Parts: sequence; C-alpha cells; structure tokens
Amino acid sequence: MTANPYQASRYAADAAFMTFIAAVMAFLYVPIWVLIAFSFNSSRSLSWPPTGFTLDWYAKLATNDGLHAAIRNSFYVATGATILTLLIGVPAALAIHKFDFPGKTLFRRLILLPITLPGIVTGISMLNVSKLINVPLSLETVIAGHATALIGVVVTQVYARLQRLPGSLDEAALDLGAGPWRSFFDITLPNIRSAIISAGLLSFVLSFDEIPVTYFLTGRDNTLPMYIYSTLRRGITPEINAVGTIIVLISFVLICISVMGTKERDQK
Amino acid sequence: MRHFYRNIPAVLVLGIPFVWVVLFMLIPYGVIATYSFWEKKYPVFIPAFQWGNYQMLLADPQYIKVLLRTAKISILVSIASFLIAYPFAYYLVYRCRSARVRTWLYMAVVAPLWISYLLRAYVWKTILGTEGVLNSFLIWTGLVDTPSPIFLYNQFSMVVTLTYIFIPFMVMPIYTALEKIPKNLIEASADLGLGPWRTLMKVTLPMSLPGVVAGFTLTFCLSFGDFVAPFLVGGPDGNLIANVITTQFGSALNWPLGSALSIVMLIVVLTIISLSDRFERRGTAGGH
Repeated sequence: MTANPYQASRYAADAAFMTFIAAVMAFLYVPIWVLIAFSFNSSRSLSWPPTGFTLDWYAKLATNDGLHAAIRNSFYVATGATILTLLIGVPAALAIHKFDFPGKTLFRRLILLPITLPGIVTGISMLNVSKLINVPLSLETVIAGHATALIGVVVTQVYARLQRLPGSLDEAALDLGAGPWRSFFDITLPNIRSAIISAGLLSFVLSFDEIPVTYFLTGRDNTLPMYIYSTLRRGITPEINAVGTIIVLISFVLICISVMGTKERDQK
Repeated sequence: MRHFYRNIPAVLVLGIPFVWVVLFMLIPYGVIATYSFWEKKYPVFIPAFQWGNYQMLLADPQYIKVLLRTAKISILVSIASFLIAYPFAYYLVYRCRSARVRTWLYMAVVAPLWISYLLRAYVWKTILGTEGVLNSFLIWTGLVDTPSPIFLYNQFSMVVTLTYIFIPFMVMPIYTALEKIPKNLIEASADLGLGPWRTLMKVTLPMSLPGVVAGFTLTFCLSFGDFVAPFLVGGPDGNLIANVITTQFGSALNWPLGSALSIVMLIVVLTIISLSDRFERRGTAGGH
C-alpha cells in the first residue's frame, strides 16, 4: 500500500461530506418525525419523554365539525384554483414558447412575479379591489387569489417541458395539414401531459396549504390551514399534530404520484 | 372572417393569460398604489392624493426599525440557507458517485415544499418552546436542569424556522447551476495543478454564481414577506414588516398605511428581482 496523501485527504473530505449530508437530512426530517411522533403521545403537553401511545387525538379529529368543514372548503378551493391555474398557465407557457409579441419580456416577468413576490402583496392588492368594487369576500375570491399566485408555478414547469420538445414535431403536423387545434391536441398536449399533471398536483398542494393570500381574501369560511392557524392562537395541542400527520401522509402520496409520472416520461 | 377563425387559437392562447394578468395583477397593484395616497379619517378612508402615509413611514422610527429588522432576518436566512445548500448541492453534483443516491437526496430536499408550510413553521414552535421537545429532551438527558427560554421567541428561532422553510429555494437553483458547468473545466483546472479548494474558489464558485444569485433572490424575497413564522416563533419584538401590514388591515384598521407599506415591499422585491435579472443577463452576455 502506498500512502498517498492525496488519497487520504480525499477520504477525509468524503467523511466530512457524509457527516454534513446526514446532518442536513436530520435538520430536514427530524422535525417532521417529531410532529408525527407526538400525534400518538398520550400526554397533552408536547415534551420529552413521550408518556404512552394513544389514538385519542385522531379520534377527536373524527368528531370535530369545524375541522371537517375546513377540509371540505380546502378541497373546493384547491380544486377550483388548480383548474383555473392550468387554464391560464398552460396557454401562457405556450404563448411565451411560441410567439413573439411586443411586451413579451414584461408579460413573462409579470406572470412569474408571484413566485418571488410574497403572497401578502397578492392578497392585499386583491382585497383592496374587492373592497373598491364591493365584491364580498368568499371562497371564490380565495380561488381567484390562489390562481393568480400559482400561475407562475404552472408556467415554469410547462415551459421547461415545451423547451425540451423538438420544434420540428409541431411544424411537421402543420405541414401535414393539421390546424393549430389538432397540432396542439394531437402533438403538443400528449408530449407535455406529464408536466401538466405534475404542475397540477403541485398547484393543488400549494393551494391546499396556502395562508398569506387566503388570510386576506376569505370571508366567513375557513380553509384547513386557516383553521389550524386560528387554533394556534389558542395554543398548541397534539390534535394539530394529528391533523399534520395526516397532511404529511397525503403529501407523501402525492409526491410519489408526481415522481412516478416523471419516471414514465423518462422511460419513453 | 376566415382569417379571424384561423387565429382564434392564437388569440385565446395569448388572450386568456393576458386578460388575467391585467385584471388580477396590474389593476390590483394600481389599486394598492392609489389607496396608499388616501387619507384615514376614522372610521372611513377618504380618497386623496397626499404623501402623508409615506411621510409617516419615514418619520416614525418604529417602521424603519421593523424594515431594518426584516432586512436583517432575511439576509441571515439567505446566508444560512446558502451555507447549507451550497455544500449540499456541491456534494450531489461532484462527489456523489451513485446517480440513484443523488436523485433521492435531491428529492429529499425538495419534497418538504409539498408539505404544509404552516406545519413546517408550527413544528419548530413545538420543538423550541420552553416546554418544548428540545428543552425537555435536554433536561431528560441531564445536560441542563431548568428549561431554557433562549430557543424560542427571538431572532434565532425565526432564522432557524425560515431557513427550514425556504431552503429548497436555495438548493434548486444552485444544483441546476452546478450541473451546467462542463466537467472538463474542473478537470482542466486540476490538471493545471490547482487543488480542489482553489478549483472551487476560482472555477466552480464563480461559474455557479447565477444559481447562487437566484437562490438569494428567492430566499430573501420570500422571507421578507413572511408573517406566519414571525407570528409563531418570533415573540414580542419579532414582528416583521408583513406582521405590521396585517395589523393595519386588521385591528389597526388603517388600510391606506397598510397599502403604503405593501408598496414599499413591492418596490423592494421588484428592485431585487431586476438587479438579479441584470446580473444574470450580464453573465450570459459576457461569459462566453
């Protein structure tokens, strides 16, 4: 064995990197495990050590009417917002990809702005408008707010996919006599389908979790995160951990669906 | 007429998002700007054009203080995220030999974006509190004997929580930027006798700068406008600018002042976005 100092330092560096990566993973995931673990803890206080296993907090959820209404509202809002963002976001991505028009840079920047712009500005600007033209706040105003805040997410994902498609596909369809509708539905759409699905899933999840926009645009109805937020004003309880655990589980399932969608595309 | 029918798809594709942007973004921004000049005469707001709200923001030191605190927290969050995200992305791109492990680790960092943002802030409140998991754990192990209040309701807890929430936004652009650097450049640098450290400083880091800038932009702007994490873990003097805005639209009932603050936030965010855009364009124009 030749003692190579370079080799030795490389091993040391590798070990340091491994430790670091493990620490980052712990930072990211220990809190989530804490959330899950304490949803099964019998004591009311969230402190170490755990006192015993219980499903009481989940049983309490089952009879909580306010919570159920909030979940229904969240489903309604997230479904509406997802449909709207796709209806606006997919055409926007196509427009940016295909056309050249005056003001295109400004258009692109505006549509992507809400990704960076804190939701509070979107919420307040639309709240001011609703006050000005006397539109009462409701779940529908929340849907419009979410759609505005989330278009950017759909546009980035769909646009990234469009850019990877060979432009010749579309041209061939047009040369063969397909109109723009047919060339879109027969050629472009099947090719960007998985991007649309994963953008739709992400919009759904983000809308389901959204607080800053909802906070300003909701009327008397609460969405699930708003319900949790107002419960938190009264203090923390293991019940919230139980709701949280269920949300984490559902998110996990949706991530898996989205990843499988991407895999299918890679294999093609 | 035929011409018109042929163009319907194009009109729709451009028209729908265009109308939406005008109705739900441009007009509303215009409305906040208008409101920010109105006057508050309890209990109503009177249309006016006067700089009173903005003068108040400049004259009352409390607002400047909150703005500076928000900027400080956002900068600390961006730096903390960078210090974690850069080595992480570097490891994934250059050190990790298995493509499978790389994909898994990358997904593990991005996946929390899918998990409720409120819950990710809430869980730190339960961990860092005086009766929280961390304190009770420390007492249990015998390292300390009384619960320490130093973890929660201060700027430290806010930076930890916001870093936890926004770190994916730092990892994603840095990873993409590192992946784009041609591997032979790094090899060339090693062949020319530069050690790994100097290669990092002279080649890798400068070439990944656009990703770093994009990461800082996102992390800074999103922290700058957050009001949920300060509400949960910020404590009495942990108010950030977004909390002050929500108060103006809530209990303080001063929409014109709140609108002026929102305009300040909008200007800060737009300035940072256009600076980072300019930087990016200069990079692509001069780099090749």
